[in-house]
Amino acid sequence: MTDEQIREVVLTILRRIAPESDPAALGPDDNIRRTLDIDSFDALNFFIRLDEELGVSVPEADYGRLHTLAEIVRYLAARVQ
Amino acid sequence: MADFCMPSLGADMQEGTLVEWLVKAGDEVKRRDVIAVVETDKAAIEIEVYEDGVVEELVVEPGQKVPVGTVLAVIRSEGEAAASPQQRREPAAGTGGAPVPAESAAIKVAAAPAKPEPAVSVPSAPGPAAARIKASPYARRLAAERGLDLSQLPGTGPGGVIRAADVAGGVAPQVLRPGTEQAAPVVAEPAPVPPAAAAPPAKDFQAGMRRAIAAAMARSNREIPHYYLGLRIDLSRTLRRLEAENLKRPIRERILPVVPLIKAVALALGEAPELNGYWVDDRFQPQEAINIGFAIALRQGGLITPALLNADLQSLDELMAALRDLITRARSGGLRSSELTEATVTVTSLGDLGVETVYGVIYPPQVALVGFGRIMEQPWAENGMLAVRPVLTATLAADHRATDGHRGAQFLDALNRYLQEPEKL
Repeated sequence: MTDEQIREVVLTILRRIAPESDPAALGPDDNIRRTLDIDSFDALNFFIRLDEELGVSVPEADYGRLHTLAEIVRYLAARVQ
Repeated sequence: MADFCMPSLGADMQEGTLVEWLVKAGDEVKRRDVIAVVETDKAAIEIEVYEDGVVEELVVEPGQKVPVGTVLAVIRSEGEAAASPQQRREPAAGTGGAPVPAESAAIKVAAAPAKPEPAVSVPSAPGPAAARIKASPYARRLAAERGLDLSQLPGTGPGGVIRAADVAGGVAPQVLRPGTEQAAPVVAEPAPVPPAAAAPPAKDFQAGMRRAIAAAMARSNREIPHYYLGLRIDLSRTLRRLEAENLKRPIRERILPVVPLIKAVALALGEAPELNGYWVDDRFQPQEAINIGFAIALRQGGLITPALLNADLQSLDELMAALRDLITRARSGGLRSSELTEATVTVTSLGDLGVETVYGVIYPPQVALVGFGRIMEQPWAENGMLAVRPVLTATLAADHRATDGHRGAQFLDALNRYLQEPEKL
């Protein structure tokens, strides 16, 4: 998968979780939780969907490293099959 | 014979719109069956019936907006003979307040006096107040799941209400109408709200939500002499246990840190029962069940605090499943009346936003609110040693009419104790 495809999957998931917001307007270095007003319940759902869509199970210990679109895409690109 | 009345779904509710009947005259109903859908300022709520019986008569039509306490339907208890229409009307007229289902009595008494006024009829045509799309909670949930726009769906329920079947048919409406050869006319059926009117309803919703919160919170600060206590709690033991547990699980089954906090609150309330219940009629009315109202922020603004029923009796897994279910339904529709009327205490967690301390406003007629801030790494001295620990500030806002600071302090102490012994949660 290319970075662009991964980014698209991530944005699709975010759109479902935060339908009122506009994830497409998200800058690569914006803090996603703050910009889209995502709480810990939404965040858990986000990681569940990532696992379903990309087969990447993010351990809890890594949550703290994943704040921005750029960080998430980089993290997934290294792990996605 | 019992009157099924417009319930007060919390201190902030004065009236509600009957959206949909899920039963008809002659139907048998069982306690806890959902028999109607009511739209409040906050949400569309599935209303349960409180006793077994047979529906004798539906009094209020879908689309009507009526005050709390108005008779919506008459339910005949099992074994009772059908009454004459004359007899039927009497109970509500005599008492000055409509009879109230036992379980919601406490809340109802405390809410605005229920006047058996004649029903205020609201035309179901889209006016400013009725402009929100009328749909049953289940239909809303289905539509949300399928990414369908409710305003584009034909409503075949009474008053154009969109029902689950309409959503199911939203993809291929012709399936709903066997015998209809052409699909086009069905699809072209006028939607209850034209898409152009999509923006104002959101505004109405927010105005209604603000009004509802304003009514409850103004009453709280006017009537309840609050006192506040706070305690910093070392969460390292609870979090370590949770992390070890989550590590063994697939993502889907992971438990959020707020879940052991809720459980600890429920267990600590068992040791401070004077904080679990209602202040009604100038006295404290303790409640045996520990039903924790959990404040859930809604994406469109505002909040709703449905209850996790019997939280003290549930395992962390059960609580997590219940919380997941509650948050999902709070945001997409489908909360039940019992969940909105039976909370005996409220928990507010604002830690996601980095807030350290919550100074809560009690939701009347409850007598306590427990607030949680962010779990932060802090320097922590213990046994003469300095360490860095994840620390949580827990606060209690309590009603001084019902308890004193000493009791509140005992509660926070018990809360802390449970969080130091997470194996007991």
